[in-house]
Amino acid sequence: MSVTSVPALQHTDRGPLSRDEMAQALARDIPRGAYVNLGIGQPTTVADHLPPESGVIFHTENGMLGMGPAATGDAIDPDLINAGKLPVTELPGASYFHHADSFAMMRGGHLDLCVLGAYQVSAAGDLANWHTGDPEAIPAVGGAMDLAVGAKQVFVLMSLFTKSGESKLVEACTYPITALHCVDRVYTDVATFDLTTGEAVGVRETWGISFDELSARLDVPLTWAGS
Amino acid sequence: MTQLCASVDDAVAGIADGSTVLVGGFGITGMPFALIDALIRQGAQDLTVVSNNAGNGDTGLAALLAAGRVRKVVCSFPRQTDSWVFDELYRSGRIELEVAPQGSLAERMRAAGAGIGGLYTPTGVGTLLAEGKETREIGGREYVLELPIAADVALIAAHAADPLGNLVYRKTARNFAPVMATAATTTIVQVAHVVEVGDLDPEAVVTPGIYVDRIVQVAA
Repeated sequence: MSVTSVPALQHTDRGPLSRDEMAQALARDIPRGAYVNLGIGQPTTVADHLPPESGVIFHTENGMLGMGPAATGDAIDPDLINAGKLPVTELPGASYFHHADSFAMMRGGHLDLCVLGAYQVSAAGDLANWHTGDPEAIPAVGGAMDLAVGAKQVFVLMSLFTKSGESKLVEACTYPITALHCVDRVYTDVATFDLTTGEAVGVRETWGISFDELSARLDVPLTWAGS
Repeated sequence: MTQLCASVDDAVAGIADGSTVLVGGFGITGMPFALIDALIRQGAQDLTVVSNNAGNGDTGLAALLAAGRVRKVVCSFPRQTDSWVFDELYRSGRIELEVAPQGSLAERMRAAGAGIGGLYTPTGVGTLLAEGKETREIGGREYVLELPIAADVALIAAHAADPLGNLVYRKTARNFAPVMATAATTTIVQVAHVVEVGDLDPEAVVTPGIYVDRIVQVAA
């Protein structure tokens, strides 16, 4: 399929997606009724676009299914927090369980999908999101490795370029790896990528940049997803 | 036989220097603050602490670290916005750190409590955290061998206990506590409520009393 035949997927009449629009774009692709874990930080904002009527059930690594929105005011309960250690609420039908069970749900392949941030993602789906590799940095992994290997699908939500303009979608990760061959899709401000298409990285949609411009800026071969 | 202690100081009596201590909590949620404060007074040192984090703010686990009682921390996520006590000790070379994936941390304790000699997990394969560890292909997938974490002492918090040591928890304050309770020689629990034998619904008990050695009631 030639680039010009898919103008609907190539939004060059506007700028890149805002952070909120990125979360919205990802949320649209989450199947109704899925069991979903949202990572700390920007991935958490995906929940803003998945109301209870979406049927999506949120898992939090610290031992809960059926997590509701952030708690405010009188609803704040110090015994009820999310993975980012912020107060949350429980929805009808929620359940609590201990940490070994919580991670068995991930590792055992029971969780449909997780959304994670990333420093880098490779064309082969390797994920780097836990350590910058800086010898001065204090390493901290949390649940990232377990989520990445365990969830049936891994969606990454990140800006495509660093502040200095380097692509975070790379041929091979230079940051320490979180897990190999685990990322299925990458949702960024300028494009959505499908890493399950084979040799080349599939582009599903672009914003504020054409497919050809995008190809010129990345070191990985691209193709239109589904072409 | 579970012992109902009159005070938190009685509850932590006898913890030896050099002990490995499991400390419950995810951040400060579920952290056994009163038991940690008592452990600081008790004075045991050269401890290895296993906990999800490495202390928050200046209280609880952070206070134990600040008191210089901890030689090594085994945790999944030490670095947080309020982990300044640990950060300073680590950067000045005064504390050892072993970082473990959170699920492997939990499962290694579960293995210890269940008498399992180790576990093969796909978590960490191909990463820095698998370096030096045995790997094995099972059913076409690669796994890394993780060894059990058995401890001398577990310090955990629960919502309610009966005098037999049966425990129930509250919401996400449960986190690591049920697993830690199984993995220590001596499991010490601070609870908000002590109820009569028979008052806890047997179907709702999360940690059976067989895992619990000492309980002490603290202000909720």
